[in-house]
Amino acid sequence: MKFTEEHEWLRVEGDLVVVGITEHAAEQLGDVVFVDLPEVGTSVTKDDEIVVIESVKAASDILAPLDGEIVEVNEALADEPGKVNEDPMGDAWFFKIKPEDMSQMDDYLDEAAYKALIG
Amino acid sequence: MADLNVTPLNALHRALGARMVPFAGYDMPVQFPMGVLREHLHCRARAGLFDVSHMGQAILRAPGGCAAVAAAMEGLVPVDLLGLGEGRQRYGFFTDAAGGILDDLMLANRGDHLFVVVNAACKAADLAHMRAALEGVEVEEIADRALMALQGPAAEGVLEALVPGVARMRFMDVGLFPSEFGELWISRSGYTGEDGYEISVPDDQAEPLARALLAHEDVAPIGLGARDSLRLEAGLCLYGHDIDTTTTPVEAGLAWAIGKVRRAGGARAGGFPGAERILAELADGAPRARVGLRPEGRAPMREGTPLFATAEGGEAVGHVTSGGFGPSVEGPVSMGYVPRALSAGGTTLYGEVRGKRLAATVTPLPFVPARFKR
Repeated sequence: MKFTEEHEWLRVEGDLVVVGITEHAAEQLGDVVFVDLPEVGTSVTKDDEIVVIESVKAASDILAPLDGEIVEVNEALADEPGKVNEDPMGDAWFFKIKPEDMSQMDDYLDEAAYKALIG
Repeated sequence: MADLNVTPLNALHRALGARMVPFAGYDMPVQFPMGVLREHLHCRARAGLFDVSHMGQAILRAPGGCAAVAAAMEGLVPVDLLGLGEGRQRYGFFTDAAGGILDDLMLANRGDHLFVVVNAACKAADLAHMRAALEGVEVEEIADRALMALQGPAAEGVLEALVPGVARMRFMDVGLFPSEFGELWISRSGYTGEDGYEISVPDDQAEPLARALLAHEDVAPIGLGARDSLRLEAGLCLYGHDIDTTTTPVEAGLAWAIGKVRRAGGARAGGFPGAERILAELADGAPRARVGLRPEGRAPMREGTPLFATAEGGEAVGHVTSGGFGPSVEGPVSMGYVPRALSAGGTTLYGEVRGKRLAATVTPLPFVPARFKR
């Protein structure tokens, strides 16, 4: 698993990458009450704002970590946004992306480096 | 953060694991480990303890007693203060010459003086305003007492066990109660829409009192996050957001606080700043009104969201002044100002969120029924 400095996690699943936010991010956001997901089939460029997470406190964006196409989104979050707080690293993944260039994954942090980042 | 003020409960908040934020110049808890959502629901189901020590407390005295103070204050506040009985409290606001709102406050008749509680951010300005305008009135800021609120259906039982007699109080009663925590100044009021109490306690007794209240299994500490969502669901205004110098009391839907005697035809009609405009709006209606809004779907419409009459095109007709997620409503709730013609319950408006116009229905306030012990 890889991590971005924006507190996303990325897990390779065959030729897809599953993206969610870390426990640290979920805790910082507070209770999540709404998740605005992209449409399946959307082509994204790295750093596009593609997900909006609304917590009880504020709205935050999630950036596309890679160039590629959104091939699946976690529809369950529409009805149960609280899953983001309950299981951010598991059930509450946001989307699956088919990257154009898997080597973009090399830019990201491994778990040790991410843990060092959040202290 | 060295320049932030702290309340007497600061160390307790930290010991309880609060996340602290700067608010109105104070280092305040925004949430405790329970989290905003559960804190909110806990307060509605059982009882929540809020530190509101950042708010300003002041005692107003005059040689002529409380009636003389009340008469003078009626020159600043469009409320019937001479008609306020001993041991009773009223909600009011300082108005300016244009009819705008300088601050909202609580005013209590405590026999030989008037006791007021004002917002933290306006505290210094309010004190200066009163001292400049109230001739012959001594304005004493009470800086050595903390203020906390115990709110929720369990509040009565919890406080009665510590301070016998409070259960007999009605909504907006005030009283002084001797206790093992020194003399407590208690009112049956709050800002959550729930029954409850606001308790002024000597600084050095604040933490022991808070700990005694929190020792009860029904009581949880509540931060500013849930305080905001509770008052929003209760349809209550937050100064600096839903009301300010650009809003009049009539526009804000606060005309209920302006007693008959202060209105046109009343024995003490007018006589407060901005009376001309406010009395005219009371007679003819204001051009715009504060309304409740229930957005469709789950996306919150937060403060600043522009509101439109139509799904496409046209100019904004108003904007959201407070908005977020209502945990008890289980959906987004907002308040905002719209033209009077669009303020009727059931009217569909559109809030523009991230470039998309989302429908919202004008909804009578409060979003959750008040549960005061009247």
